[in-house]
Amino acid sequence: MRARIVLNVNGEEREVLAPSHWTLLEVLRYELGLTGTKQGCDKGDCGACTVIVDGEPVLACCTLAATSEGKKIRTVEGLADADGPSLVQRAFDVCGALQCGFCQPGMICSATALLEKNPKPSRDEIKVALSGNLCRCTGYTKIFEAVEKAADGSIGRHSPAVFGEAPEGFNVLGARGRKLDSIRKATGESRYADDLVLPRMLHGRILRSPHAHARIKGIDASKALALPGVFAVITGRDLPVTFGIIPWTPDEHALALEKVRYIGDGVAAVAAIDEDTADRALRSIEVDYEVLPAVFEPEDAMAPGAPLVHDTDWKGRPRTDNLCKDVELAFGDVDAAFAAAAATVEGKWTYSGSTHAAIEPHCALASWSPDGQLTLWSATQVSHYLHRELAKVLDVPQAKIRVIQPVVGGGFGGKSEPFDLEFCAALLAKRTGRPVKILYTRDEVFYAHRGRHPMKFDFRIAADKDGTITGVENDIAIDGGAFHSFGLVTTYYAGQLLCGPIRFGSYRYKSKRVYTNKPCCGPKRGHGSVQPRFPLETGIDEIAHKLGIDPIEIRRRNAIKNGETTINGMLIGSCGVLACLDAVEKASGWKERYANLPPNVGLGVATSMYISGTAYPIYPNDMPQSGVIIRADRSGKLTVTCGTNDIGQGCDGMLAYVVSEETGVLVDDIVVISGDTDLCPVDLGAYSSRITLMAGLAAQEAGRAMRDRVVAAVASKWGVSGDRVVVLPGEYVDAEDDARRMPVIDALILAESAAGTPLVSAGGFRTRKLGGDYRGGTIGASPAYSASAHVAEVHVDPETGVVKVLRMWAAHDCGKAINPVMVEGQIEGGVYMGVSEALMEDMGYRTPSPSEKQKPEVMGLHVGPNLLDYRIMTSKDVPEIASFIVEEPDPVGPYGAKEAGEGPLHAAIPAVANAIWRATGVRMREMPFTPERVLAGIANLGGGV
Amino acid sequence: MNDELVVAIEVNGETVRRLVPASRTLLEFLRVDLGLTGSKHGCDVGDCGACTVLVDGVARLSCITLAVEVRGPVRTIEGVPADDPIVAAFDRHLASQCGYCTPGFVMNLIGVREDGGAPDEEALRNALGSNLCRCTGYTRILDAAKDALGQG
Repeated sequence: MRARIVLNVNGEEREVLAPSHWTLLEVLRYELGLTGTKQGCDKGDCGACTVIVDGEPVLACCTLAATSEGKKIRTVEGLADADGPSLVQRAFDVCGALQCGFCQPGMICSATALLEKNPKPSRDEIKVALSGNLCRCTGYTKIFEAVEKAADGSIGRHSPAVFGEAPEGFNVLGARGRKLDSIRKATGESRYADDLVLPRMLHGRILRSPHAHARIKGIDASKALALPGVFAVITGRDLPVTFGIIPWTPDEHALALEKVRYIGDGVAAVAAIDEDTADRALRSIEVDYEVLPAVFEPEDAMAPGAPLVHDTDWKGRPRTDNLCKDVELAFGDVDAAFAAAAATVEGKWTYSGSTHAAIEPHCALASWSPDGQLTLWSATQVSHYLHRELAKVLDVPQAKIRVIQPVVGGGFGGKSEPFDLEFCAALLAKRTGRPVKILYTRDEVFYAHRGRHPMKFDFRIAADKDGTITGVENDIAIDGGAFHSFGLVTTYYAGQLLCGPIRFGSYRYKSKRVYTNKPCCGPKRGHGSVQPRFPLETGIDEIAHKLGIDPIEIRRRNAIKNGETTINGMLIGSCGVLACLDAVEKASGWKERYANLPPNVGLGVATSMYISGTAYPIYPNDMPQSGVIIRADRSGKLTVTCGTNDIGQGCDGMLAYVVSEETGVLVDDIVVISGDTDLCPVDLGAYSSRITLMAGLAAQEAGRAMRDRVVAAVASKWGVSGDRVVVLPGEYVDAEDDARRMPVIDALILAESAAGTPLVSAGGFRTRKLGGDYRGGTIGASPAYSASAHVAEVHVDPETGVVKVLRMWAAHDCGKAINPVMVEGQIEGGVYMGVSEALMEDMGYRTPSPSEKQKPEVMGLHVGPNLLDYRIMTSKDVPEIASFIVEEPDPVGPYGAKEAGEGPLHAAIPAVANAIWRATGVRMREMPFTPERVLAGIANLGGGV
Repeated sequence: MNDELVVAIEVNGETVRRLVPASRTLLEFLRVDLGLTGSKHGCDVGDCGACTVLVDGVARLSCITLAVEVRGPVRTIEGVPADDPIVAAFDRHLASQCGYCTPGFVMNLIGVREDGGAPDEEALRNALGSNLCRCTGYTRILDAAKDALGQG
């Protein structure tokens, strides 16, 4: 039933005819086209839909449009005026308070409403006012700064792209600047996948299994197809080709074929005139299931006679167990190390599973042209791999498919493989001859998962009397969930990536990944290597305590040096961990405070290291892992194309900075086109923290090729040798005659005229052979490794067990900060996500437990697939985060640069655990560090401390 | 806002209801309210034929038809399958250059086809007289029309 609704939006009277049950969010987005206001959860948990109604921040997804009549509604699009973005919008922009930008329209509305009522809020008042708006990227720190700067008037409403000074010797690298697209995000201009609307577009939905394990005996979709407004229904039989992100282990189908393997497994998909009709259609599809026994824990899954999650492998060969992958490797004489040790620590550690919870749900839109060309817009972080898998599963030549990644609202690894919605949207669009969009609900995002693997460790560390780590033994049980995903890599990473920045004298690990009837785990920020840092770095702390060595000092004694090769054969070209430790030791006042802490307060330290991309692409080939093409036009503008995926981390800006550095063209005059398979040379995507190094080197090569052509033309014109022509920001200068200068636009035109061909250049990057000389020795090999050190300060309430993380000091060695604002943002966001995992994040499922009776039909059900029950830190929970950039230049990275995206998360968790020990005497070995676990630990001490 | 009316029209097999100003033409309704931009806007006064659609099977100039006066189902170029013989004939005979007038020609010819019979060249010329083309010189359009509909 449609009703007439008159709304006053951004000062305009708008009359619409909309379904009477529609929310204000639906009317704003679907009827008025105001897509700046976002849908993140649809149930009032995330705050992305916040708008201002009569001066108050209001959740548009929980407000009926009809009840908003007669009120003054302001959305993010209405905050700017003729003079440009509002002060709050500009403050978010210049402070780096936006990364993916998906939560910021709501955040900016909340901040605007706050400042209108309270022009000089305290930081606590800001935290309270923003506590209904979840941000998953920034760690909130820069958001608080932005609101404070908007309040104190220390910034203006206009800003160039780069506003800081570059360090000596650089044109722009190292200068503080805006994120390239952040003002578009701050004003609601950016179009994310769900903001795209095509004429005649249908809406798709996917029917999901209510059983953790069941055989599909039949599917009857006739009633669904008979509903008016339903255009097509597809099932697993329509997409029978298997796929998987790792080409060697393709164990997935777009929709379940013979069996469902977890609650939430896709069974059928429909395309209908609108989402409500599609939902009705899903309810009328009849699936005949034969429910099968299910397994939920790796130990049960590996027991003899356990139900098989996969009856056969992808080649149809029968399987006999649920083992997905196992690795066993040894380096040096571990047994001798333990026999001779002055101190050892051993025990069992448990790392709970967690998920990415990007605020933007997955979304894909497919459209076929009459000549058989598929265009797929998807919120993906791996458009190239998606391109390949689409061709395979749809049986369409890759040349007939274009994948476009629109602005993505956060990924963190959660969008780094193909998902059912991409295949289903594509096939439904083909069947119906109309564009089809599928947007996951928040529940579906949780069940799609691919998040952090739960891991259980039997872990041992041996040290000599000086604290030198002489041996480490690591036995890892990994709960993989229903499919393989990146599992081959995860199984290796859990062992391989641990061998720095702390040197091991010897090392042995066994790693097993096992299938269970739960949503599939995959890569989450710090793939595979965050978990084993927990036993290692808390274990080292125990060793230090046993030997009476300061926890920072023991790490210094074991720190890997520049150019050292780890025990497992990884060449660490540069390792700035000592400088990181120095920075956090000084900033935290460690030396003065560690021995003299007040009751219930603790300090803890931890270190980590992470790869800057993997040595090899997912499918072996000799082509570049990253390509960049630069094209000049006659306006003095450069267009940089690269197939990278900017998912909020800011790699578009990194490309612009590098090209600007080399060519002298100002960042303001550089356009970056990325994430489009038709327009861009291939880059493998946003995973394994690879882009700054790999695409950065490709951009550097392309930039230098462009510069060389321009310099040659200028030198020829001036009649001097090329080495006299110096590139400065915006101009070329004669090194021996300061008065002889040429604006960059004239130089570009000169170069194009000289050659008589368009002014274009290209660059690429591929790794040389890396890694250890043994089977699996290349997995974990990277051209360069970052290093981190964190200190955490916590307060533990001994009565309640509540841990409050007060402050985090985080130093990260990124080699060279291309844009320091972006690097700080990565550090703060990583620390936030790590602390959030440490304290509260837990992917819990209803599983059989001897202590309580549960109904078999809910086994494997997520305990709370929403952003309220799955707890993540809010603005009120986040600690104060101080970030420190350490620049230990790497011999391979562009200008010495290494990764900053994933590394800064790792050390946060063990640093918090070590601080809890310092505060309470309790060694946390199970995550998250809930009040119950802390209290149990205190009780177990039995007054011994 | 009193001049806003609820308009319900079946377009390409699907009934759509929108609140629109009373002065909304069918062309504006299709393009602005429904996003069906295949029907083109060439003159806005019924001179060029680029906006031709079928209303109840009859070719109509949508730019001089009010949305509120539409009675019967509307078909636009978006509702014509890519393998329709008229579309295929346009493709085969290269009867499109810039393509801006093509949707109108195709819809007009579908109207002719639905009228029945096999029109001769003169009948086709007469039928297409309401559609202007500035690129092709009409020769290939007539070839395509004859191929798809005519006696040859």
